[in-house]
Amino acid sequence: MEFDFAEQAPKLIMLLWGLVAFAVVIGGLLVLLDAVPAFFARRREARFVAATANGAPPPGRPRSREGLFATFFLLPTVVLLLIGLVVPALRTTLLSFMDGGSQNFVGLDNYRWMFADDSIVRVLLNTLVWVTLVPLVATSIGLLYAVLVDRARLEVVAKSLIFMPMAISFVGASIIWRFVYAYRGQGEEQIGLLNQIMVSLGAEPRQWLLDSPLNTLLLIVIMVWIQAGFAMVVLSAAIKSIPADIVEAARLDGVNPWQMFWQVTLPSIRPALIVVVVTISIATLKVFDIVRTSTNGNYDTSVIANEMYNQAFRYGQNGQGSALAVFLFVLVIPIVIFQIRNLRQQRREG
Amino acid sequence: MTTTTPPVAAGTQAVDKRSTRVSRVRKRLNTRIATVCAIVIAIVWTIPTFGLFVSSFRPEDQLKTTGWWTFFRDPQFTLQNYQDVLFGQSASSGRLASYFINSLVITVPSVLFPLAFAALAAYALAWINFRGRDWLYIGIFALQIVPLQMALVPLLSFFSRGVSLGGVTLLPAWNLDGAQNFAQVWFAHTCFALPFAVFLLHNFISQLPKDLMEAARVDGATHPRIFRTIVLPLVAPALAAFGIFQFLWVWNDLLVALIFAGGGEGTAPLTVRLAELAGTRGNEWQRLTAGAFVSIVVPLIVFLSLQRYFVRGLLAGSVKG
Repeated sequence: MEFDFAEQAPKLIMLLWGLVAFAVVIGGLLVLLDAVPAFFARRREARFVAATANGAPPPGRPRSREGLFATFFLLPTVVLLLIGLVVPALRTTLLSFMDGGSQNFVGLDNYRWMFADDSIVRVLLNTLVWVTLVPLVATSIGLLYAVLVDRARLEVVAKSLIFMPMAISFVGASIIWRFVYAYRGQGEEQIGLLNQIMVSLGAEPRQWLLDSPLNTLLLIVIMVWIQAGFAMVVLSAAIKSIPADIVEAARLDGVNPWQMFWQVTLPSIRPALIVVVVTISIATLKVFDIVRTSTNGNYDTSVIANEMYNQAFRYGQNGQGSALAVFLFVLVIPIVIFQIRNLRQQRREG
Repeated sequence: MTTTTPPVAAGTQAVDKRSTRVSRVRKRLNTRIATVCAIVIAIVWTIPTFGLFVSSFRPEDQLKTTGWWTFFRDPQFTLQNYQDVLFGQSASSGRLASYFINSLVITVPSVLFPLAFAALAAYALAWINFRGRDWLYIGIFALQIVPLQMALVPLLSFFSRGVSLGGVTLLPAWNLDGAQNFAQVWFAHTCFALPFAVFLLHNFISQLPKDLMEAARVDGATHPRIFRTIVLPLVAPALAAFGIFQFLWVWNDLLVALIFAGGGEGTAPLTVRLAELAGTRGNEWQRLTAGAFVSIVVPLIVFLSLQRYFVRGLLAGSVKG
């Protein structure tokens, strides 16, 4: 029962190194950029004084150093993005046309495999279900709740309750919900809330996470549970920024709350609504932790990101894993284009 | 409440009494339905967490045989689960204290580095004139849509084998061991965070008043000085917003940690260990409940105490799009 702090020392020393590196890199960069130009300025001044004393023509105006500053300010970001994101992404695209060991080119085989192998088609279909249901349900619930608690008593507390799951990791959320879905044999006392409800309604307890396709829906519930808070916060802010005179005018016209929602609130918050749907869609496409923690992709619940991890890092199939990653990227593109077109349209109207 | 009686009654006395009464009854009904709806959603959203929380304090034999709701009939309280999961020495216990430190060591630099680099870059993109500025910004902005899955395989091989082109080693392998592996995770998190960080901070920094910047330039302040003395203090709330964002992201991340931190007690964070416990000991609820709470408590504190900044960042990052 004792905890050995000495064992932890190397980690803390490493943390210290990390912080020292941070201070040196950032502090060094700023000091360098401060001191070097000052040094040059002093030298130029000295030369200027010397030149005027000798009667020689003064040196010309110094060149602008804007470009130099920009280079140093941007250098760390650009280098890291190149090494960490741009080059790897290009390389992944290349790898997706090669075999598992990344030795030989195999053309489109990996992509053909993706759409031919039954288990992978299943994965793609599951992803489709996720990306249709999660944004729809999470946004609807978030919007409903935002409207319901708007200007209510205890609004802040009420919002915090829904928003809180955003602070919980997907792994933690999965454990929380697995406990809700927990199963004990018939006749035994249930420990999972869902089965307890089933039993008290007179039904038999079920092993929720083993039954396909219901298990995928139950995993989707977890994602909705997390994302609804995000939708609620953004939409609530949008609702609050609807100009008061529009709302007041509608009231004077005698609209009921129902009409108010469909004819005033909804059109006014359309841009925010689109942003929320797009953001949640992209997050859902990449969902990994929930599936891995809840079922590890078994019982027909796997999704693209999970399969990509399995192929590339468990089965050593770099080619097939990369093909899945590229496909994931391809799926994101139409969503982003939709978003950009909407923004443009908004600007033109605005 | 949601629908207060509109303050227009004085102006519209012509409306006959019957219909006002009907609409008032309707309105009250509406309000009541709305309240009930809101309460139901709030309960559904809170109960699962609450159930887990209560369970984490119940003795193992109780926890495994009866539902957590029986706690209120027959309260039995223990801290044994937390004791076991944090400090237990057997292999099957969580040993989470050690992983907790790993999470901390991973998170702090993974927040600081992208924060500083992105602030510098965002300043340059907003206030320094140079050729190709807009294109660079659009490029970084566009990188936001590249899923990090696209980078995982090559980045891992970069760490383990370095980069060589046609037999010439361009960059050597990192060859890290033990605690040094943290550097790998910091690097990966920093890279993946930068596009969003630059975008979010640029939104704030580019909106600082132009007069202020020009006045500072006229006074002879250099860019580093303006950055340090004017920009940083003014955008402190934005820095806080991104800091919280990144903190939650890194602390709660599983994928990046799985691949770059390895699975051992030496470097793996809480999420990796919890996922492992959930996989191999899925029915050891006394460990899972307490373990889940150990991992949740830090982000929850950060989140609840700094929620204001977080929401502001969220709105700036998503709505301005």
